[in-house]
Amino acid sequence: MSNIPDDLSYTKEHEWVAGLEDGLTVTVGVTAFAAEALGDVVYVQLPEIGSTVERGDSVGEVESTKSVNEIYAPVGGEIVEVNQAVVDDPSLVNSDSYGEGWMFKVRVEGDAEDLLTPEEYTALTKGSES
Amino acid sequence: MSRPTPLRDVHESLGATLTDFAGWLMPLRYGSESAEHKAVREAAGLFDLSHMGEIFLTGPQAGQALDHALVGHLSALTPGRARYTMIVDERGGVLDDLIVYRLGDEEFMVVANASNYEKVGNELKIRSKAFDVVVEDRSDQYALIAVQGPRSQEILATLTDADLAGLKYYAGLPGVVDGRQALIARTGYTGEDGFELFVANDDAVPLWHALTAAGEPYGLKPAGLSSRDTLRLEAGMPLYGNELHAELTPFDAGLGRVVKFDKPGDFVGRSALEAVKDDTPRRRLVGLVARGRRVPRHGYPVTKDGAVVGVVTSGAPSQTLGKPIAMAYVDTGAETGLAVDIRGSHEPMDVVELPFYRRNK
Repeated sequence: MSNIPDDLSYTKEHEWVAGLEDGLTVTVGVTAFAAEALGDVVYVQLPEIGSTVERGDSVGEVESTKSVNEIYAPVGGEIVEVNQAVVDDPSLVNSDSYGEGWMFKVRVEGDAEDLLTPEEYTALTKGSES
Repeated sequence: MSRPTPLRDVHESLGATLTDFAGWLMPLRYGSESAEHKAVREAAGLFDLSHMGEIFLTGPQAGQALDHALVGHLSALTPGRARYTMIVDERGGVLDDLIVYRLGDEEFMVVANASNYEKVGNELKIRSKAFDVVVEDRSDQYALIAVQGPRSQEILATLTDADLAGLKYYAGLPGVVDGRQALIARTGYTGEDGFELFVANDDAVPLWHALTAAGEPYGLKPAGLSSRDTLRLEAGMPLYGNELHAELTPFDAGLGRVVKFDKPGDFVGRSALEAVKDDTPRRRLVGLVARGRRVPRHGYPVTKDGAVVGVVTSGAPSQTLGKPIAMAYVDTGAETGLAVDIRGSHEPMDVVELPFYRRNK
């Protein structure tokens, strides 16, 4: 069973969102559950710093040996930072999904809606395992 | 509901990610597929291939029956040797690619792909009717375990007295491995040296454990279908359903050499294949190496100056080359200045001769 930290928020598309409590800038990555399903990640494409995204926009992609998944913006706002380390070493997505494997930071504009609690995300991953 | 192999419980205890493949529940990977790929290139990997089909032809005319049913000249095969060959339909379309082992003067084993072996078994029965031969699909009775990689021979030698050093590539002999009867074949689908062990279903689990223990000091790892696919792609080996299918002849696939027109007698597909054997195929199978890091995948269009000139049949990140690679059918004459349309963006590709990887012998 994958690790699902209880201090993060989640999306149905298997992103995690950290730092929502201060409401200013959030950090986004993909969950350990998604990383395990993908297998070894070999390529990560991230949005450009300074670009403005809307919630649900496709802003990047995570590619593994067998498949490719899009990364969606879990909140709307401006991309203020991207993790060059994960571009240089995509295996960080597998080895440290919630830490060194983070993807980008968004300065939130508007409200963050419809994010999942750890409990809700856990239920979602259990549903897709059966 | 996918069928399990005799090794299903072993895979689960190893924490494998299981996937449906051609109706079988198979290990996709046990941990990191990159580590499994690397183990096969540098040491050895252990594969469960029990989904493959084993069809036996026994009788005084077994060789002639295969000469008629397949494109190869199997009656000329020496007992103990194996051949890569194909079965085609009357139009010359490839129904499956096969390895045929001659086990004795009057006994052959045809190994077919999981997705096709029922069809192959039925076709062999129909095509053999005029011959003195018995065709029997024994796929349900056999498990297949492969040990692939440069350390394979050393590992297997700890479990058998069989003359492995004397066993040539594409040869097979009956032997005893860890006290169990096995057909030991020096064949594989990874581009490395290696062995395939055909054993009774009940022997699969103990043999797997014995190989795991014997291989441990040599760096052997269990390896799943994900690494098998990237290994065979680097080795430029075709996969039925990707590079081969019924709408292509062996000539279309660049594998016309498997068709033996000079063998005696007629064979299914002969007239259709003779009609096209000297034609320039409309498309040619080429190797592509991406200049960027995005991966061309099965079904993506190949483009030249924005126009579609082909299609990707298989693609993956290549660990050995450090770049994404692909095989693709590309219009004859259009093999330069290519790109692949990767979800809307045309990524430049270099065309290379296959295979991408060749082991040092």
